[in-house]
Amino acid sequence: MKAVGKAIPHESAVEHVTGRALYTDDLLWYGHSPAAYAAQRARFPDLLHAWPVLAPHAHARVTAFDPSRALEVPGVVTVLTAEDVPGVAQASHHQDEPLFPAEVMFHGQPVAWVLGESLEAARLGAARVHVEYEPLPALLSIEEAIAAKSFLAGPLRLGRGDAASALARSPRRLSGEVRIGGQEHFYLETHASIAHLDETGGVMVHASTQHPSETQEVVAMVLGLPRSQVTVQCLRMGGGFGGKETQANPYAAIAALGAWKTRRPVRVRLPRHLDMALSGKRHPFLGRYEAGFDDEGRLLAARIELYSDGGYSLDLSEPILWRAMFHSDNAYFVPDLEVTGYVCQTHKTSQTAFRGFGGPQGMVVIEDLLDRVARTLGLPPEAVRERNFYQEGQRTHYGQEVKDAGRIHAIWSQLKASSGLERRRAELAAFNASSPHRKRGLAVTPVKFGISFTATFYNQAGALVLIYRDGSVQVNHGGTEMGQGVHTKVLQVAAQSLGVPLEHIRIMPTRTDKVPNTSATAASTGSDLNGAAVHQACEILKERLAPVAARYLECPPERVRFEEGRVFPEGQPERFVPFARVVETAYLERIPLFAQGYYRTPDIHFDKGKGQGKPFHYFAYGAAVSEVEVDGFTGEYRFLRTDILHDVGDSLSPLVDRGQVEGGFVQGLGWLTLEELVWDAQGRLATGGASTYKLPSWSELPEVLEVRFLERATEPGVIYGSKAVGEPPFMLAISVREALKDAVAAFGQGGVVELDAPSTPERVFWAIEKARAEKEAAAGEVPLRDGARPVHHGD
Amino acid sequence: MEFVLNGRRVQVENLAPQTTLLDYLRASGLTGSKEGCAEGECGACTVVLVREGPAGTEYRGVNSCLLFLPMLAGQEVYTVEGLAQGGKLAEVQAAMVRHGGSQCGYCTPGFVMSLFAEQYRPDRGAEFDLHALSGNLCRCTGYRPIKDAALSLGPAPDDAFKARLREPAPALGPAVYESEQGRFVRPGSLEECLTFLALHPEAKLVAGGTDAAVESNLRYRRWELLVGLEAIPELRVFEEHADALEIGAGLSLGELERRWKGAPQAVRDLLPLFASPLIRNSATLGGNLGTASPIGDSPPALLALDAAVRIAGKDGERVVPLAEFFKAYRQTALGRGEVIVSVRVPKPYPTHSRFYKVAKRRMDDISTVAAGFALELDGAGRVARVRLAYGGVAATPVRLFAVEEALTGQPWNASSLWRAQGMIAEVLKPISDHRGSAEYRLRMAQKLLEKFYHETAHTEGVPR
Repeated sequence: MKAVGKAIPHESAVEHVTGRALYTDDLLWYGHSPAAYAAQRARFPDLLHAWPVLAPHAHARVTAFDPSRALEVPGVVTVLTAEDVPGVAQASHHQDEPLFPAEVMFHGQPVAWVLGESLEAARLGAARVHVEYEPLPALLSIEEAIAAKSFLAGPLRLGRGDAASALARSPRRLSGEVRIGGQEHFYLETHASIAHLDETGGVMVHASTQHPSETQEVVAMVLGLPRSQVTVQCLRMGGGFGGKETQANPYAAIAALGAWKTRRPVRVRLPRHLDMALSGKRHPFLGRYEAGFDDEGRLLAARIELYSDGGYSLDLSEPILWRAMFHSDNAYFVPDLEVTGYVCQTHKTSQTAFRGFGGPQGMVVIEDLLDRVARTLGLPPEAVRERNFYQEGQRTHYGQEVKDAGRIHAIWSQLKASSGLERRRAELAAFNASSPHRKRGLAVTPVKFGISFTATFYNQAGALVLIYRDGSVQVNHGGTEMGQGVHTKVLQVAAQSLGVPLEHIRIMPTRTDKVPNTSATAASTGSDLNGAAVHQACEILKERLAPVAARYLECPPERVRFEEGRVFPEGQPERFVPFARVVETAYLERIPLFAQGYYRTPDIHFDKGKGQGKPFHYFAYGAAVSEVEVDGFTGEYRFLRTDILHDVGDSLSPLVDRGQVEGGFVQGLGWLTLEELVWDAQGRLATGGASTYKLPSWSELPEVLEVRFLERATEPGVIYGSKAVGEPPFMLAISVREALKDAVAAFGQGGVVELDAPSTPERVFWAIEKARAEKEAAAGEVPLRDGARPVHHGD
Repeated sequence: MEFVLNGRRVQVENLAPQTTLLDYLRASGLTGSKEGCAEGECGACTVVLVREGPAGTEYRGVNSCLLFLPMLAGQEVYTVEGLAQGGKLAEVQAAMVRHGGSQCGYCTPGFVMSLFAEQYRPDRGAEFDLHALSGNLCRCTGYRPIKDAALSLGPAPDDAFKARLREPAPALGPAVYESEQGRFVRPGSLEECLTFLALHPEAKLVAGGTDAAVESNLRYRRWELLVGLEAIPELRVFEEHADALEIGAGLSLGELERRWKGAPQAVRDLLPLFASPLIRNSATLGGNLGTASPIGDSPPALLALDAAVRIAGKDGERVVPLAEFFKAYRQTALGRGEVIVSVRVPKPYPTHSRFYKVAKRRMDDISTVAAGFALELDGAGRVARVRLAYGGVAATPVRLFAVEEALTGQPWNASSLWRAQGMIAEVLKPISDHRGSAEYRLRMAQKLLEKFYHETAHTEGVPR
């Protein structure tokens, strides 16, 4: 029985369903009995709670600061300010995120933190801190930033050929523009950290972070300590999605600073409305494009400009923009392609990593472009898409060969057949012809997503595997568990590799004192990198154990096999000895029973100056067909059906992979349809709570959702032939956005549809009104006199 | 005060009355229930109460973040920690494991509790009602595996939890709770309540708590005195009279949904769209009217049905037509020391009625615009009587009397519709906000009437 490839539940599933799975903030209370309510805090006696003093301006200078009245509030212990910082008062190594800013850069930015015996005391204290501000002009949109030339980075350039002259030579040309909204991560568990001084005077931080090593780095920087004095543990996260890649760091730093100052444990936990007000989001983008093409819709040239809204500080905005530019081709070969990108600086939260990391925004633009080409020519969009796919041997605009480009074609044809695309196109046309007030739309879109951190040095991972004398095993690795199943996959890799049952292996919480200098669990690479590192450690241990076993089994060491806790000569499983006995013998023979593993992704490189290289180890492929129905009275819609075919290589863990595909798709669908970030004129996030910012719920799950994996898809050079799966499926949801456009077009004459994202019912409604007006104008009809005032688009 | 928690009696003292059940549970070491939003949107804090329902004792899923602890006095609560018995997972838990229903696991306890309540619901049909889960949000799975887990569940097993349902639920009686930070009083009769309010008109009234607790959790409102309305029998009536249906203001919307058989179409449209099942299990009709939100869901439907509100105070009772109840933004005709006793919906119900709600999300969202319409046609296809009511287009829910008057006596045809739409543009001046632009709101007010017209113009006078 193989451990790898088995459809097992998440390794913590039983803990999840019983409520026993602990998250950072649970550590405060877990283990109490109801009788012990509030009587003591068993794990962290004397714990203090932190609450921020929030700036009420998007941009302002702090002109006066007086915390003295806060200290009069019963239960307030102290107010943390820059003066308390022994090291550097910054939350980022870019040095552009002051923990206690003198210049406020976004609405709600904390300028100080109050520590109290209770959360209520800290909050009441924060309200009493006296701060005076001099408001300054604020930039709140990409357009304002462009006009003010306010950029954090750019122009970044990537391209091939000479787009300008190729455009000029093209028989047909068009241009367009699309605005793409950001997205709140809305991990169910908000940011949380608990810091305390340990028994040896070191700083211990429990944090909900995707990057414990960077959290450690920031805490050490703030406290002016060597990193060896700081330990960060991430037990598990209640969701991350990129939102805890860098943005957990300020809260860990505040907790650690508070603990350092007061010598008491300090807890920082953001309630939802603070988490939404303070933490960065997916970058909103503005995409502008020009395309040259022929009468069959073949792209000849394209020029794409991407502007991202980075918010106030750099954070990860530059690599995110790079990834958007790397994915501006999606699955299509554009002979002459020029992509230019800027990160706009605005007075908003510092926008950050979010599943896809810019890739989704890059792909939305090229898909919008192709849809426009198709509708301009009156061709089916799926035919135009197919016509432009990469062929084997072709290279991307940054010079990387599109390995396995044939998979795009294979997925496309298999999916079209399995989803009954042609038949459903006909049915849909018939439905629309007989339905004046409800129209259906259908679209197919592909995904080609590059796997690897584009910052090459992050593509490394370490592991530490410990075997105890009874044969039980502890596995430590640098990956953090946020629900994506990295621990489950690593468990399966370790069990397979060591040849022991899954139950004999314990995956340990991620800690910086077990595996140092780890990379963020991000870029979909968690299982690729950490799985490979764990695998290497297990192979080293087996190599050491094999000679010991060989003596028992009287066979050459290279013929020793390890499976399911049994060690036996190849081909003679009945002659097994238990794994534990081999381990005990090895111990007595003074063989080390622990090993480190290490992995670095081979043969990747990228030259930013030239815009050329091989930034990705491989590409993950997929495609989706989505069908929607739109209400012509209101612009509301329903998701009728989605069929997905996705390439996960040889799945390490099919249940986990299916979960990633479906969950990523629905999250992408939310981003492109109902999740709307609205900032008011003061720069305050107006959709800053669960009642105003709407995630997909049951009503957004497509009525039919068919998910399949591409078969015979082994990926050589990746752990057990698997492929990364965390991010790529997110972009399958672009099919939903394109299907909505298809439905809108059906209200008119099938022509070009301009629809910004997210495609809220309101935006869809205005697009329908425009389509209807065009149809009526073309038919020479007098528009219905329904008392409508002239239509002004909402935004 | 005391209540039963996972089968064990617990005592509560010295805690602020506005401590939520969720905070209490977590600080008591029961950290399975999670805070995802603190406003009843995400369901990660779901627990079940043992309550008397229309079909007998039932487990009722509620958001523990929206229950003030003293409201639990005398009640019986189960949390996710209470389900696995003797080390064996409950069926709902095992199904979630088997189907891969958890990823990060943070929302999972809430889903487990909603699944549990539905599996053990005494009047549950053969198939699992997925709507029972629509008050729980998951950010990881995309819901499909949870759906499969739910659909795999058969009838509730004959276990201790099922046996518990054969016994009566604890009766909600009068209660008093006091701590340094404030007081909670739950009167046992209307008279007792009115007498108390006459002495303490400043008291904050709390029925289901779904509104007050949000104010407490998110805006940190603190009250010295809370008066709970849940133990007043007069507020829990559901009586069919010849000329009207009388609905106790203290009935939860969930109870209403299950008890009001033969409700007019507008009500059948409304109830599934009203917040989430977890909220409907606590929130009351009286609360939804009393809070007087311009975007409350029930007012447009009830205005269209020409409902009236029975109000009681120490000086007696009065009946106020709902159309006169909303005075200004978040202000009502309710005087100091008065409570809403019931809502009267006149009979016969209109032949045609509809409720429409336009929102970003189809289920469990707050409306951008909502509309309630009622229509009676005469034998010649003319409008005998029409009522047009809206939410989200003004500072209060509104009836468009002028438009109604203009339509009355006119044929129910396209030109009447267009004229009405034109008038709507004259009388409504909605605002723009994060839910929608003023232009969209106005167009929706017009378009929803058009939709109503299309749904009613060609039918033969029978309700759909």
